[in-house]
Amino acid sequence: MTLVSEKPTSAPARRRLVASPGSWLIWGAVAFFLVNLAGLIAAVVVNSFGSRWFDTWLPSGWTTEWYATAWTEFGLLNVMVVTLEVALLVVGISVLVGVPASYVLARRSFPGRRLVYLLFLLPILMPPITYGIPLATVLYKYGFAGHLTGVVLANLVPSIPFVILTMTPFIEQIDPAIERAARMCGAKTWQIFLRILAPLLVPGILAASILVLVRTVGMFELTFLAAGPDSQTLVVALYYSMSAAGIRAQQSVDAMAVLYTSSMLVLLVTALRFVNPTQLVARVKEDPD
Amino acid sequence: MTRVALRHRLAERGVDRQLWLLVPGLACVLALFVYPFAYGIGLSFQPAEGGVLGAYRTFFADAYQRDTIATTLGLSLPAAILNVAASVPIAYRMRGRFRGKRLLTTILVVPITLGTVLTAEGLLNYLGPAGWFNRTLMALHVIDEPVRLTNNYWGVFFSLVITGFPFAFLLILSYLSGIDPTLERAAATLGAGRRQRFQRITLPLLAPGLATTFCLTFVLAFSVFPSAVLVGDPAGTTRVISIAAYHAAYEVYDYPLGSAIAVVMGVVELLVVAVVLGLRSLLYTGSTGGKG
Repeated sequence: MTLVSEKPTSAPARRRLVASPGSWLIWGAVAFFLVNLAGLIAAVVVNSFGSRWFDTWLPSGWTTEWYATAWTEFGLLNVMVVTLEVALLVVGISVLVGVPASYVLARRSFPGRRLVYLLFLLPILMPPITYGIPLATVLYKYGFAGHLTGVVLANLVPSIPFVILTMTPFIEQIDPAIERAARMCGAKTWQIFLRILAPLLVPGILAASILVLVRTVGMFELTFLAAGPDSQTLVVALYYSMSAAGIRAQQSVDAMAVLYTSSMLVLLVTALRFVNPTQLVARVKEDPD
Repeated sequence: MTRVALRHRLAERGVDRQLWLLVPGLACVLALFVYPFAYGIGLSFQPAEGGVLGAYRTFFADAYQRDTIATTLGLSLPAAILNVAASVPIAYRMRGRFRGKRLLTTILVVPITLGTVLTAEGLLNYLGPAGWFNRTLMALHVIDEPVRLTNNYWGVFFSLVITGFPFAFLLILSYLSGIDPTLERAAATLGAGRRQRFQRITLPLLAPGLATTFCLTFVLAFSVFPSAVLVGDPAGTTRVISIAAYHAAYEVYDYPLGSAIAVVMGVVELLVVAVVLGLRSLLYTGSTGGKG
């Protein structure tokens, strides 16, 4: 067994990592993974700045012209605007629709609650392609696909359940006594929502919005199936430029990929300021002492 | 029975006007998920020829199409198992507090944001015949000529590990952190060694989390599409079922066949999930001390 656990002593402050054969193996594996990951990202970044790069360790010269090429050739400004529009619309709608629903699911018990919960869980449990193909067919039938509307509608399918699942623990944290007190003072349900719950839920709503934003910007399958030529988001444009390899210089594709990654990274770092990724499933008791 | 009385009786069972808050969400899921799905299932039973089950017969009769199921499972099951199996020891080692934990988790989240398309592009550059990986191995004289790692099974497999492992790791880390550490200490007090503590305390408590993580990772790997096209061999060894479905629906414009393949894909995926959750229900099901 290569697993190593700490001695059951109560460490006063943060423990230092203690080296033992098992943990060397584990950290070695992590390091190997991270080194390769860094190499993978660096390869794309270096290629996007290199002028010519064939059978050498590094490109023969450095240039930024690929970014200019990518910007004009792929019409990146338009793509960026579309991506932003889609992402903001999806975030706005899914929060407006998802938060009230997650409030009811977190607080109330009613007949059919489990069924409703399952219904909200299914879109997350199914691979996007499975429901994406029938969904795109339906969207084409009603003339929504190929435009921004279709892309937004398709992306709502996993986003609304995602908001509901993310918001539930945040809502459970709020003491129901506060709402009861507001009700005693004569507040209506919408007043409770706007004046009591909304301010208390701001961190949760921010966390859910940023996570949905990251997911929507990164969502390939649904956007790919529902988008037309004028409603491609950055990932889909990237896919098309890659699968049409040979026509475009690979470096300008890489430049586009770098732009995509850096925008995702900015989003991610912002997201991590608001949510601790390890606390999405369970509230962690980190200090047992 | 008057109207007021009915409303009171409903309210007693938990049905009142507050439930209207559910309606927008439910309407969206019904209109955008349930209806298209039902429509797709209906469409799959109305092929142009071959009767009600014609589309399914077309799919299962053609070995080129039928084998996509085995190809997809052959890629996604090993990838999901590896991701979960590798996450457990690493997360077990990292569940306490130590310096740099937040930084390390942040770095491990990065691949989730890369997305499959960028990962594919990176793999082509990095693992390609003239890429850094092969160069390093050749400089170290481990190999004499470049290993072919892209445009075949391994390219897709690596892309699944890169995107899936961080996801599995984060989930398992949060499940492990949710297990009350005092349970393990109690076992240690009673004289249990490390191995016994892991096998008899931590592992059974982790089992539900493992099952859930496996399912979610498997779903991610099962729906592999862009990387199978870009770093794989989309006409041969990595012709996964999503490529078959996409091809049928958007390149041949045979919507019934496309829907039928999508339905088969959903059924196969749900079968695997059901088997895993069934195995899980044989084990301990209950609170793990944390809220989850």
